[in-house]
Amino acid sequence: MYVMIREVENSLHKLKYIKEEGRKVTIEAIKEIGKPTVDPSPRVDRFLEYFTIGPQSMDPAGVVYKLDHILDVRDERMKDEVKLMAPSSDEVQVNNLENTLEAAMALNFIYKVVRHYYIQGKKTLSLYVIMQLQMILPMVMKEAEAYASALKAFAYGQPIGDGAGPLIAAKLMHGYETRKVQKDCVVATVPFAGRTALVLKAEGPGGNVGKPGDAVETLIEENEGKIATLIMIDAGLKLEGEDVGEVAEGIGAAIGGPGVDQYKIEEKLTKYKIPNYAIIIKEDIGDAVSPMRKEINDAVDKAIERIRSVVLERTKEGDKIIIVGVGNSIGVGQ
Amino acid sequence: MIVVVVMALAVVALILATSLYYTGTTVTGSTQSGDYAAAGVLAVIGLIALSMSAFTLLQSRRQVAEMKIDIPKVMTTIGCSSVGCDAKTVREFQRGDYVYKELDAPCQKCSGKQMITAIYKEVKDKEKKYPV
Repeated sequence: MYVMIREVENSLHKLKYIKEEGRKVTIEAIKEIGKPTVDPSPRVDRFLEYFTIGPQSMDPAGVVYKLDHILDVRDERMKDEVKLMAPSSDEVQVNNLENTLEAAMALNFIYKVVRHYYIQGKKTLSLYVIMQLQMILPMVMKEAEAYASALKAFAYGQPIGDGAGPLIAAKLMHGYETRKVQKDCVVATVPFAGRTALVLKAEGPGGNVGKPGDAVETLIEENEGKIATLIMIDAGLKLEGEDVGEVAEGIGAAIGGPGVDQYKIEEKLTKYKIPNYAIIIKEDIGDAVSPMRKEINDAVDKAIERIRSVVLERTKEGDKIIIVGVGNSIGVGQ
Repeated sequence: MIVVVVMALAVVALILATSLYYTGTTVTGSTQSGDYAAAGVLAVIGLIALSMSAFTLLQSRRQVAEMKIDIPKVMTTIGCSSVGCDAKTVREFQRGDYVYKELDAPCQKCSGKQMITAIYKEVKDKEKKYPV
């Protein structure tokens, strides 16, 4: 019990250090980029304690749209807060600072939860509380360290592992005219293997995941459902033993997050009976939020080849298809 | 705190063991004969406790030393956008870089436009492989 408590205690000290560093990095980034006239520290501290209450799901009908609304309000509020904290920052920098703050918030939350169970375990002298905490600590620490390295990546606007999807979409759409689609996404019409591909990604290079659900809905409706297939590319969590940057193929809507976008995409696909395929680039949680690894960057061409083979096998020449690069577009232009 | 107490007790045990071994007398003054076995037991207990507490102290010191956030080195690859020019340079990431950003500086080989083609970090420590 003593050894376990010591281990948790040490990890807790490390988490506290990481959390404090996160706060420091965030405040420094705001001061450097946003040139505020007043000290942003109190506002940052208030922001770190920010929470979101999910919708009531006793009557689940319509819960997705309620959640969507709550997330929209949260996003808008966060952006407004960042603009107040960093008045001199442009749109890209506001997105990057928002991401930096979110990473700092995540670190703050992890620290507080671990501290809660540690104190509870000590207060109740419960071996099981401490044991459970000690058992999951390696994973918790890995995630916290990943967020810690993400802080600098977000503050500097470096691409992260989660940006694998947007990076592939950017490679496909680069050199073609793009237009904005709701919300925070860009689309380009690209000739691809004898088909017309509508390539979609979150608008970069600011830290932004957009709302691909809304964007795909718009594109399908614009084309009156005459879409031969939808291909989604995203970063996927790898299992231990699998290689980083491995490309895998499957079926379904490859998109994470709270599920709102996945729901919207699935609704539209079902309505028009559009088949959808998924291509994922494997990486672990640490790689997903820290600066992009070379292996992930090198997987871009392999993933494009895989998209090409899916398109050639599953669609006819002249068909219209949608290719979506899902993920955070930080550090990835178009 | 407990580690320090254990360490102190271990030292006491070692002193007692030494005293028993050489004089057959404990530090409290009572005289005993044939206490070599007891001295041996005390010495073993003292050594084990001392090494365990020292190990624990060293571990916590190392953990304190490890308490820093690793900032990986991020590299930017710049390529020439002219057809047929394969000029490529790699430099350290600078704030404001992003993939597909067109740079003002022309290509040194063909004077064409340069563009950032990749930004990535290189992981030096290769993941341990398990042959299963």
